Amino acid sequence: MSTAQKVYTWLDERLGLTGIYNVVLDRKVPKVNWWFTLGSASLFLFVMQGVTGIFLTVYYVPSPDHAYDSIQYIMNGVSFGWLIRGIHHWGATLMVVVVSIHMLRTFYLAAYKYPREVTWLTGVVLFLATLSMGFTGYLLPWNQRAYWATTVGTEIPGTAPLIGPLVTRVLRGGADLSAVTLARFFSVHIWFLPAIIAATIGIHIYLVIRLGISSIPDKDD
Amino acid sequence: MAKSPHLSRREFGAILTAFLGTVIGAVVGLPAIGYIISPALKTQSKEAWVPLGPLDNYPVGVPTLFTFTRTKVNGWEKTVNSYGVYVFRKEGGEIEAFSNLCTHLSCRVTWQAEAGEYICPCHDGHFDTQGEVTFGPPPRPLDKYEFKIEDGNLSILLREA
Ligand code: HEM
Ligand code: FES
Repeated sequence: MSTAQKVYTWLDERLGLTGIYNVVLDRKVPKVNWWFTLGSASLFLFVMQGVTGIFLTVYYVPSPDHAYDSIQYIMNGVSFGWLIRGIHHWGATLMVVVVSIHMLRTFYLAAYKYPREVTWLTGVVLFLATLSMGFTGYLLPWNQRAYWATTVGTEIPGTAPLIGPLVTRVLRGGADLSAVTLARFFSVHIWFLPAIIAATIGIHIYLVIRLGISSIPDKDD
Repeated sequence: MAKSPHLSRREFGAILTAFLGTVIGAVVGLPAIGYIISPALKTQSKEAWVPLGPLDNYPVGVPTLFTFTRTKVNGWEKTVNSYGVYVFRKEGGEIEAFSNLCTHLSCRVTWQAEAGEYICPCHDGHFDTQGEVTFGPPPRPLDKYEFKIEDGNLSILLREA
């Protein structure tokens, strides 16, 4: 037995690595197609957004005085800053697209039916949280487009009867867009939503593993 | 089973995986490291020649103040520092360029013609035309700038601490 194998055996005996591998990765799946890879693609994109996002916080400053300049600095002053921001920027759009198609595929293949209703429901949370990531992230560059998009975006719930105006004020942290708005969007973008998404992915994937993947319905279903 | 001299399918797979893993690791890892350390590798020049204009602008025998500002860029932040230089042309043609920062606690000294001295408003430090302390708490003479004259134009050498 090689040393690497000995180390692995030692660890496996204590951590049950083979067990994890068998349950998580070596699952039995019905005959499926490429549409079934989109959940894993969503997971990959979430991790990628997380990593590039963490890197962006090294230089980004969520204050009206510095947000715009700090992003200019990331783009022009820091080595590979354009790359990291570019991946985060396009990854955000891609994630919304991939998560949406994943949702459509589980819908069209009726994968949400018994016993997978809760998988679908946690999926709804993931979908809404993913869209909210896009909404909160959009303000952070604090340029004209960001500012006015968020002005309009926070105006929309204001048209709802009774509580509408309150919702707008809560989103903005006051009557107008301000430093308070930028700070809370940043906080929601990097702490609240990622925490919600990570926890919900945990439940979602636990259920996928526990229930197995549904097979493609045939004429008799 | 006797070991075949050829690479087995499994061995080939392992080597290929290790190779691709290394390539991908480098492609992802190196930019990440560069991104984190790059501000540390950029150094701003600590020295600069600052032009003070034609020497003729400075009357002989009267210390004359020249002020300017310089912008320091740190990442996304710009700091504007202001400087004051007293140019003193002596009768004999000799020139001195003094910083107007008091050597006590860095208040700005001003030339007082009646007293014939530089006087600091903060703790009443006095300096004579040579920059020597004549009164008060300042521990050393006024700082002098290195200077040069090219085509009748005066410049001083600014050294950042
Ligand atoms: C961050 C977003 C999401 C991640 C990371 C994710 C991840 C996954 C993964 C890895 C699977 C395994 C099967 C496959 O890949 O097709 C899966 C299955 C599933 N997902 Fe998602 N998902 C996300 C969003 C959603 C959304 C928005 C919905 C619907 C509202 C949804 C509903 C489902 C359902 C019903 C299944 C079970 C499919 C089956 O058993 O055939 N997911 N998800
Ligand atoms: S700072 Fe000038 S005398 Fe104290």
